[in-house]
Amino acid sequence: MKATRKTATKPRPKKAAAAPAHTDKAAQEVQLRAVWANPSGWRYWTSVNNTQIGLWYGSTAFAFMLFAGLLALLVRAQLAVPENDLISADLYNQAYTLHGTVMMFLFAVPIFEAVAIFLLPPMLGAREMPFPRLGAFGFWSFLIGGVFVCGSIFFGAAPNSGWFMYPPLATSEQAGIGADIWLLGLSFIEVASLAAAVELIVGIMKCRAPGMRVNLMPLFAWYLLIVAGMIVFAFPPLIAGDLLFEMQRMFGWPFFDAARGGDPLLWQHLFWIFGHPEVYIIFLPAIALLAMIIPTFAGRPIIGYSWIVLAAVGTGFLSFGLWVHHMFATGLPQISLAFFSAASGAVAIPTAVQIFVFIATMLAGRVIFSTPMLFAMGVLAIFVMGGLTGVMVALVPFDWQAHDSYFIVAHLHYVLIGGMLFPVFAGLYYYYPLINGKHMSDKVGRFAFWMMFCGFNITFFPMHLAGLRGMPRRVYTYPADIGWDWLNLISTMGAVVLGIGMFAVVVDVTLHRRNKPKGEQNPWNAGTLEWLNEPEENWGVRSIPQVESRYPLWDQRNLAAEVRAGKWYLPDAKEGRRETLVTSVLDAEPEQVLRVGGTSYVTIVSAVTLGTVFVALTFKWWAISLVSGIAFVAAVLYWLWTGTGEIPEKDEKDIGHGISLPLYASGVKSTGWWAMFITMTGDGTAFASLVFGYFFFWTIHEDFTGGTAGPGVFWPMIALALFAMAWISTVGARESNRRGGVSFARMLLAGGALLCAAGCFAALAGPWTTGMDPTVHVYPAIVWILVVWAAIHGALGIIMQLYCLARSLAGRLTPDHDMELHNVALYWHFMLVTALVTCLVVGLFPRAI
Amino acid sequence: MWHLLPKPLETLWTLFTAPVVWMVHFLVCYVGAAIFCEKPGFLGADFSNLRIAIAILTALALAMIVISAFLAYRQWGFGTGDPPHDDPTRRDRLLFQGYATLLLSGLSFVAVIFTALPALFVTECLR
Repeated sequence: MKATRKTATKPRPKKAAAAPAHTDKAAQEVQLRAVWANPSGWRYWTSVNNTQIGLWYGSTAFAFMLFAGLLALLVRAQLAVPENDLISADLYNQAYTLHGTVMMFLFAVPIFEAVAIFLLPPMLGAREMPFPRLGAFGFWSFLIGGVFVCGSIFFGAAPNSGWFMYPPLATSEQAGIGADIWLLGLSFIEVASLAAAVELIVGIMKCRAPGMRVNLMPLFAWYLLIVAGMIVFAFPPLIAGDLLFEMQRMFGWPFFDAARGGDPLLWQHLFWIFGHPEVYIIFLPAIALLAMIIPTFAGRPIIGYSWIVLAAVGTGFLSFGLWVHHMFATGLPQISLAFFSAASGAVAIPTAVQIFVFIATMLAGRVIFSTPMLFAMGVLAIFVMGGLTGVMVALVPFDWQAHDSYFIVAHLHYVLIGGMLFPVFAGLYYYYPLINGKHMSDKVGRFAFWMMFCGFNITFFPMHLAGLRGMPRRVYTYPADIGWDWLNLISTMGAVVLGIGMFAVVVDVTLHRRNKPKGEQNPWNAGTLEWLNEPEENWGVRSIPQVESRYPLWDQRNLAAEVRAGKWYLPDAKEGRRETLVTSVLDAEPEQVLRVGGTSYVTIVSAVTLGTVFVALTFKWWAISLVSGIAFVAAVLYWLWTGTGEIPEKDEKDIGHGISLPLYASGVKSTGWWAMFITMTGDGTAFASLVFGYFFFWTIHEDFTGGTAGPGVFWPMIALALFAMAWISTVGARESNRRGGVSFARMLLAGGALLCAAGCFAALAGPWTTGMDPTVHVYPAIVWILVVWAAIHGALGIIMQLYCLARSLAGRLTPDHDMELHNVALYWHFMLVTALVTCLVVGLFPRAI
Repeated sequence: MWHLLPKPLETLWTLFTAPVVWMVHFLVCYVGAAIFCEKPGFLGADFSNLRIAIAILTALALAMIVISAFLAYRQWGFGTGDPPHDDPTRRDRLLFQGYATLLLSGLSFVAVIFTALPALFVTECLR
């Protein structure tokens, strides 16, 4: 269906045929407010609105950061003097492991998901993100997983093997239950991150205000689009690694056990394929904040918009070619090391481009040195220094000297605190008025900045020297006479100063602002749309404007007043539904009115049941885990059944200015299709990581089967044939349904489910019939993992086919309203590739070599 | 000869052409060298073959990036308009896409050369 536009392009409100009377506008406003209102009492917590979710998400991440900061102070206190025994060695191991883990997984990544969920809809001129309930589900998952991981230290059960969990230390008995808590707790949080990535990509690509073409998008959105794409490719390898790791810890499958053909290096590869892009996943959104702050205080548009896009995309790609620089000391061939050394050098180019763009913008404008700007300056100073030591350790010979020493600790803190923490504080001071219309204290802000800036350098600069003097990271204590003592004492004193600065900000956020009057709406005179935001309203924007500039509030006169007066698109919610606009990817032409999910407890139930699965697995409570798993699937099905794919009461809705848009879309035009596509791309990446594992074991062994039997050719080929037929059935069902052959489509769906079930059994029959024992050697283990992965995806495929069948029988899926069937067919395209690769690899590859 | 070039495409994906070429080149070089050094029986043991293979791959990758850069240059209107390309028109959106793609082609070109450099200096599977 196409949008029907009855007037000429570029409508202006004054040209509208009949301006509604003031009373109509007032009534509209009341209704809109009611539709977007939060529930009261305890039900407030069932809100899914991006403003609340963003705030809760951000506050939770901030709280985790403070907790991890206290752990850091504990670590510094222990290291203040030589031969110290302030805390036990075991608690020390837990403290530094949890410090790193929490900062990376529970603060650095989630805070940006939080900021993005909070900021993006108003910045893009949207009412809401496309999947608000998914965002809420992500938040609750994050909260549960985070509390679980953090809480473990109070029971002496926290992970204690370092934040990157290297086997064989972390697979040993010595690692205790902490390793399981790390693996399962964080896997759960990674699911939340992927959910956020889906939400962000679809939101940025499809939910921008009309006219916000890709050349007019705020740079924050550009950065977040790239970052969300990176999450889709970076997190799944870690999830795959976690799966292998946990299979070894729980069932003795020897993926990382050298004695049985495994290799600890595989973990290092999978971890750092995630871990290095992760650094940029953290860094780019932080720099994105600067790209919003600097033009505002320079009072001019950014210089080199395209160059920033180059930098964001370039860094996004190059960051995937750096992972081995964490593994320079593992004995890989020098040519391999050199490739990664070269890429590590190359990534400095796009990184530096951004810094130069910022400097150029400041030079060309007239800079106001406000508190946010002060923090931004701090970023440039600290991050450049961290970047330079980064180029040093990108060089293999130097890295061999500095590897695993305090020099690395210094480098990574310069990069992460300069590239992430300071920008977050700049962002906090800059965007705080959006939360409740009030400023944070300038005085406290400046005090906090100088304490943090000085404290940071006093803490971390001496670490370079301690590292060069040979101090290894993670040591519990050290002797007095080797020249490390005074450097460590200075570091600890600096940490206290840094802590005081942070404490000042906490006081400012929680206490200081209470008696302050409300400030104006756009206090910094910024140019981008988020400053239209009305903190006391929940609707995002009163009406959705036509955007004609990168800085609409600077260039489009009266826009703010017109938007607030409800003179633009979609000013009402007559049908009592929460709605936002879907626009085209390149030119942001209006395509659809999207009805988004409202307040619901189903997100909390889903997160709690899924969380219980992971927690129960940690303690090997199999029955509870199984029951929770079933409850989770039921909750999600209920969520989908009641909350998605609803057939609207009419085909089109008038959004004002003579434009009518469809209320329903399926296939590539629907947001659900994109969400499925992105999710399955991530899923495919996890699968590719497992296949990488298979070939990794092949490369390191003379005979990678270890003399054990394979799954044969017969069963894998039968399985492939059955999966292929199930795929044909599903695609056939979609086509048949589309042409009106509803009964035939139902038959195909039912038949497809049966074929898929048979395919799953056939796939499992391969290793089963040849008696492959996954605990004996890594070869049977990796074959089993691939086959089980395919079978589980087959089972999901069956659930989806039956879901569509049920929707069709219930009259909720018709030839004209077939969104679910399109999405399921898309899932099946990915499923077919999974089946094809699995069956060919496990069945034919051993014969081919 | 010009007619051999593909027609202009209106999609966001073309932005990523050159970085994808870099990525494929990087992965093939890395995986190829890793297998070469781990399994001498599989891809042969003469290191100069590996270096020649990398040289050929690099030439191919650079050629593809140059083509992508040319297409981007065409989309940018052969440099007839200057940035910032911030008008709310389809034309400026196309020019912006062309310019950004051209810049990315430049970065990818340099990055591919960076990746190939080790093959100039390293002459054996030394660990």
